[in-house]
Amino acid sequence: MNERRRILLRRLSDSAGYWIVPAVMLAGLALMPGTPWVTLTVAGVAMGVIVFMAAAGMSLVFGLMDVLNFAHGAFITFGAFVAASVFAALGAWARADALPLNLAVVAAALVAASIVAGAVGWFCERVIIRPVYRAHLKQILVTIGALIVAEQIVPVIWGGVPVAVPRPETLKGAFLLGDVAIEKYRVLCIAVGLVIYAAMYAALARTRIGMVIRAGVANREMVQAMGYRIDALFVGLFVAGSALAGFGGVMWAAYNELITASIGNQMMILVFIVIIIGGLGSIPGTFTGALLVGLTTNYVGYLLPKLALGSTLLLMVLVLLWKPRGLFPASGG
Amino acid sequence: MADPLLALDGVHTHLGRYHILQGVDLRVPEGQVTMLLGRNGVGKSTTLRTIMGLWRASQGQVRFDGLAITARPTPDIARLGIAYVPEDMGIFGNLSVRENMVLAARSGELDDGRLRWVFGLFPALQQFWLKTSGTLSGGQKQMLAIARAIIEPRRLIVVDEPSKGLAPAIVDHLAEAFRELKTARTTLLVVEQNLGLAKAIGDTVAVMADGRVIHTGSMADLAADERLQTRLLGLSLESHT
Amino acid sequence: MLDWLLSGERVRSRVLALLLLAVLAGLILAPFVFTGTRSLAVAARIAVFIVLAASYDLLLGYTGIVSFAHAVFFGMGAYGVAIALKNIGPGWAAVFIGGAAGIGCAVVVSFLVGLLSLRVRDIFFAMITLAVASFFLILASQLNTLTGGEDGLTFRVPEWLSPAFRLAEGRVLGVALDGKLITYYLILAAALALFWVLMRVVNSPFGRVLQAIRENDFRAEALGYRVVVYRSIASCISAGTAAASGILMALWLRYTGPDAVLSFDIMIDVLLMLVIGGMGTMYGAVLGAVVLVMAQSYLQDVMRMASEATAAVPLLSAALHPDRWLLWLGAGFVLSVYLFPNGIVGTLRRGRP
Repeated sequence: MNERRRILLRRLSDSAGYWIVPAVMLAGLALMPGTPWVTLTVAGVAMGVIVFMAAAGMSLVFGLMDVLNFAHGAFITFGAFVAASVFAALGAWARADALPLNLAVVAAALVAASIVAGAVGWFCERVIIRPVYRAHLKQILVTIGALIVAEQIVPVIWGGVPVAVPRPETLKGAFLLGDVAIEKYRVLCIAVGLVIYAAMYAALARTRIGMVIRAGVANREMVQAMGYRIDALFVGLFVAGSALAGFGGVMWAAYNELITASIGNQMMILVFIVIIIGGLGSIPGTFTGALLVGLTTNYVGYLLPKLALGSTLLLMVLVLLWKPRGLFPASGG
Repeated sequence: MADPLLALDGVHTHLGRYHILQGVDLRVPEGQVTMLLGRNGVGKSTTLRTIMGLWRASQGQVRFDGLAITARPTPDIARLGIAYVPEDMGIFGNLSVRENMVLAARSGELDDGRLRWVFGLFPALQQFWLKTSGTLSGGQKQMLAIARAIIEPRRLIVVDEPSKGLAPAIVDHLAEAFRELKTARTTLLVVEQNLGLAKAIGDTVAVMADGRVIHTGSMADLAADERLQTRLLGLSLESHT
Repeated sequence: MLDWLLSGERVRSRVLALLLLAVLAGLILAPFVFTGTRSLAVAARIAVFIVLAASYDLLLGYTGIVSFAHAVFFGMGAYGVAIALKNIGPGWAAVFIGGAAGIGCAVVVSFLVGLLSLRVRDIFFAMITLAVASFFLILASQLNTLTGGEDGLTFRVPEWLSPAFRLAEGRVLGVALDGKLITYYLILAAALALFWVLMRVVNSPFGRVLQAIRENDFRAEALGYRVVVYRSIASCISAGTAAASGILMALWLRYTGPDAVLSFDIMIDVLLMLVIGGMGTMYGAVLGAVVLVMAQSYLQDVMRMASEATAAVPLLSAALHPDRWLLWLGAGFVLSVYLFPNGIVGTLRRGRP
């Protein structure tokens, strides 16, 4: 019967990516029954999907093309600041007590941010990364340099002080379900995040390009040897990833309601942890990892406040010890 | 004699500081099976990778159907009608067997008749059609790798050690597949350690040593000359049937 | 004699030799030649960062390990001394105990992080060190009873080092023989000694193996060198030396805080120093440290003037504002990676970039 048990444990371990989030949620429920659990879980999932949006592009770019772009945080920062400007420009709509107008403001911010972040991403790929394509060390160095420069450009354009990003009127406050308060804005974040995840998942699973990308993440050389010009695909993927990070920046800006030029960099630690835990190049992995990070931060923040900030690091160490290549490793077996 | 489909002239390949190919001259005649033989480490796999453009030749020329392909990017080389089966099989473990095959069908559609033929050769693939290919056994992965190369007609198929990990019965299927491909005017360049298989399917043979091709000729001639076999390969083809 | 001093790390360039001599002379004569407390502070900072950058060069330039946790070890040395001096009292015993504790911690942590490198690729290792660094940053601000949190710790140094101390009355060449002077020369002497130790390490057979590993770790392993062991030792030496330089910084500042010794700015500064100076050369650390610390201290003044001069063009003026000095340094950094990949030292040695 030892053999049976070993096979079962093996199956359990291999499928960890699927059951770990529900497991953590249940654990949270056991430790914090009732009201706090609902609020914290909503907060955790909302934060998780935002980190997912910030991290997804990087996971694919790194997983497929082996390019590590430390300047990725800049896309998030620009997204956040563009959101601030759009919210301010459409201030009348944001202050109006009408949901459609408020949602329009958010939508406008998302569109503007994705354009700006995408453009910055295109510039980044063309000018900064392309010359140092296969040289890892140089890539790390130039992208760090680019990050420093980007972080300094923000105060030049938007001034050197923290900028307030007030939530639109109807998105302020919370729904009250009995004893439980669920912030309205967080629900919106979750909705946006889930839509994006579903769209990405479908694109990767159902389209031919998606299949090529997934194959490329497992074995880039072989995909090329089968006639697919992955390099041409890369620019598009890079720009899409940066636009998506811009999305994350927008949602994160209104989540925090106050932003500084280092907001993108601060999130980068979480992004790295998420893509390491999730498994490079895997969108389900990034999503799962992001939810884990969001839930852990919020649960631990409530249960053991002193440990809160270190908890994500601990999570990363634990997951790595168990699954060194992440919850959804690219080659699948 | 007609022009060879694939020709290498004085090809050198360096990997970092290592000078692996030191002037490879190779002729792969069209419509035939050319076996590339030699002991371990002489540069057989490197030759195949250089042909496919995965590694850049530092010197010399590779010509396919008269076209110089030496410095071309790998996808462009593949699109000229060349299929490649690497030594590590190159299976996309995170994709299903079906998806691996769909990707291999560059036209986008899997041809039913052709697929039936492939299933006839490798029934396991039909059995595990929707399974994640990473969970297949080594031998099954090898079958998938070869199936991918033959699911559509190609002008040249470059294979690195096809029989590795395959049961003898499947190796027979493999030999049959290669023979059928030959009748369809497909050219094959095969690196193989299984000398029995080499003898069974090879028309032309090229033997490598120290990064060069030191002997070319017909398989029939080599098979008949035991002394030559021992000198070139250190073993006899006879003892490995 | 020269060979022994330089441990065989030949300079290989007249200009470079002159520059290095100028730096050495400048540092030795600083209190007498450059007036004002600020210039002495700059000189002390240069001395400390030469060691810190050189210790990072051992890791990055010679062993090829990309780590972002280096500032943590610097901070450990500084905090070790600070906590000891604060709690035990301003005496040399505290300095030694705290210093040893700081160096010990650094070595242990770097060893543990090194263990992790067995399981992950180098890019992942870099990201993990990033996470580790932020963890310690958080730790320092969280344990505020011990570390003084965000505000840091101010403490008193041993009597001979305190500014009020007088070795003798009167002045030598216009400079008072006070605790500040003694501290400065103590730091300079220690820095030179530490730098010399690092030079010895990289030019020893051990150092040559490290370079072989950096070139091609598979080959080194095949030749019989246990790559993991060498990397761990290099990492520990690097961390320990960084911590030692942290001790020096704490003694000079008489203050330790997350911003001063642990922040990512320090990490970026060290990285910039090596890229600008030239990685894998040791001398690059010297020149890089000089360039960067001087830029930090004096570039802002230049920028202030430029910013005021261009006040009519708001965007340009904002870009030239002294707070944005990192923008220009960052841009220079990116350009130098593309155009001068071997840094100042490499360029001087080759005669061309």
